[in-house]
Amino acid sequence: MKELALIAVPFVAAIAALLWPKDETRPWLLPATGVVHVALTMWLLIAPPPVEPMAWVAFDPLARAVLPAVSVLFLACAAYAVSYLRLRSERPNRVFVACLLAVLGLLSAGHQARHLGLLWIATEAVTLAAVPLLHFNNTGRAFEATWKYLLVGGTGIALSLLGSFCLGYASLHGGGGGDLTFVALTAQGAGLSRPWVLTAWVLLLVGYGTKMGLAPMHTWKPDAYGEAPGIVGALLAGAVTTVAFTAVLRVRAVVDAAGAGVVAGRTLIVIGLFSMLVAALFLLGTRDFKRMLAYSSVEHMGILSLGAGLGGAGVWAALFHVWTNALTKGAVFLSAGNIRRAGGGRTQDEVAGMAILTPVSARIFVVCMLAITACPPFGPFFSELRILRAAFADGQGAVAAVFLAALLFAFLGLSRLVFAIVDGRPRAAAKKTDRRFRETAGVIVPPLVLLGLSLWLGVATPSVLQEAWTAAVQALFPLP
Amino acid sequence: MTGALNLLVALAMGLNLLALGSSRLPSLIRAAAVQGMVLGVLPLLLEHEFHGLVWVVAAATIAIKGFVIPGLLRRALRTAHIDREVEPLLGFIPSLLLGAMAAIGAVAFAGALPLRPEHAGTLLVPGAFATLVGGLLLLMGRSKAIAQVCGYLILENGIYLFGLLLIHATPLIVEAGILLDLTVGVFVIGIIVDRIQREFDTLDTRKLTSLRE
Repeated sequence: MKELALIAVPFVAAIAALLWPKDETRPWLLPATGVVHVALTMWLLIAPPPVEPMAWVAFDPLARAVLPAVSVLFLACAAYAVSYLRLRSERPNRVFVACLLAVLGLLSAGHQARHLGLLWIATEAVTLAAVPLLHFNNTGRAFEATWKYLLVGGTGIALSLLGSFCLGYASLHGGGGGDLTFVALTAQGAGLSRPWVLTAWVLLLVGYGTKMGLAPMHTWKPDAYGEAPGIVGALLAGAVTTVAFTAVLRVRAVVDAAGAGVVAGRTLIVIGLFSMLVAALFLLGTRDFKRMLAYSSVEHMGILSLGAGLGGAGVWAALFHVWTNALTKGAVFLSAGNIRRAGGGRTQDEVAGMAILTPVSARIFVVCMLAITACPPFGPFFSELRILRAAFADGQGAVAAVFLAALLFAFLGLSRLVFAIVDGRPRAAAKKTDRRFRETAGVIVPPLVLLGLSLWLGVATPSVLQEAWTAAVQALFPLP
Repeated sequence: MTGALNLLVALAMGLNLLALGSSRLPSLIRAAAVQGMVLGVLPLLLEHEFHGLVWVVAAATIAIKGFVIPGLLRRALRTAHIDREVEPLLGFIPSLLLGAMAAIGAVAFAGALPLRPEHAGTLLVPGAFATLVGGLLLLMGRSKAIAQVCGYLILENGIYLFGLLLIHATPLIVEAGILLDLTVGVFVIGIIVDRIQREFDTLDTRKLTSLRE
């Protein structure tokens, strides 16, 4: 029942948000729901419920390994949103709050979906529920970004539906019933028709890869992250992408069972490295720090894809990276949001000297930059180290070399831009902008807590999480 | 039964070409709407035992794809006061030629794919691929936002055709969910189209160029 409550509670809260009369008090629904959601996921994480094999929705090992990270990230964003929406009191927030809550409910459904059709419905619905969040700023640029997001994301998600049908047909052609639950598909295994499995794999990887933002399907990402508020960017980069990633993992397990695991692994490695390289190249060139975060997200999706391609140890490391990426990305987006608000611009030509204007946020931003580029002792360092070790253990020296080179370029690109914004003297224009912005606890504590959690995950990974990731890997790829 | 099925799928393939050749937005919307209605009838031909849910889904498909979504698009067209020319990026003749080639290619390609015997004689798979390509051509080859939405609808129609192969296996509740998502999707697109029109004073997506590297 608790697993269904994870979906139902946010939806009930979303309806409450729609009916709530006052703009000033409505945002408090967000942290309230977040606290309940975190409590439920933590309870389920520590005491996992038995999973009925044929259930369409269940808190199965993979959901257990990933969903709590989404929940924690949402709570931090929700706490930040209360202060943020007070700053943005000129904009009505009824739809914004309701859609944020709906996104949480749909993410919970997507992570727990054990049926390809249901997974697709949840992912598509998340895509649509995020639309009002993206154009919250109500500017022309925001609508342009939303249009690209809808068009590219819609086409991608349509292809993943086609891929789902192809996988169903693979089962039908192989003599199965065409049942689209992952359990039934995996059980049919080598009985699935191979040409259809491969077609389905390509379509599903392109489809869910678009949602993750893997290159070359990432084109919507810089626009959407650049124009959306920081909390929305944090949720898209840390939570919405993970639902697509778990979809890829679940499909990969089916493809593995069908005996095409080698092909699947190879495509994941290639597309992962390609995403990392593309992201690193753009990171070296961009002058806009919100678009920078989008390219950094493309890079980290590449890392996840690479990990997923490297067998059991790689998948374990990728699940670890889902956590470290979600928490660190959350911190970096929220602190960047503060800087954007106080600095009054988003490129290094408009913003400088933020260490003077917003000393605390600027410090958090720099530390986040170090964390996200995998400097020890933060979480991403340890998860990426695990991926590197998985690559060497797999005998993929060349892959490891490209991986390290891309990380180095990304570090150069990110540090160049971050220090250009933090150092120097404030621009004259910044002094005139948003005078209402103060570095209150409401906008400082959430990114700080996320950063602290990222550090904690790195230096002392809780054993319950390690055990959850191991269980997920074993459930996905049972040893022969 | 196969004869009637093939006739309807062929009709849908013909409507692709009509859509690709349409130079006015209302006729493009009409082509997509009629195609959606044709597809809505197909589950009734495919399902052997007639139970209530099939009728409900078929009726909902026809109502939504044939009336609700085109209605939303026509309303957007009316409120935005846009002129009704399609303004192709890819000319009509090349689009038609590509669409026709896609139809021929889809028939040849479907012949090469391993199909179950009961599907080998139908046009479902070639129809699905031809419609998919037609939708993609419209999506990429037209500059007006509404024409692109029609392309997206036709792309979805192609996927729907393919999904009919699984009609006996997939629970109809999944089909219903997909249909619901599509409706909400077009509704959301309609709102964004409206806002873009107000903000940029045009629905020509070539004008949306402020975001680039």
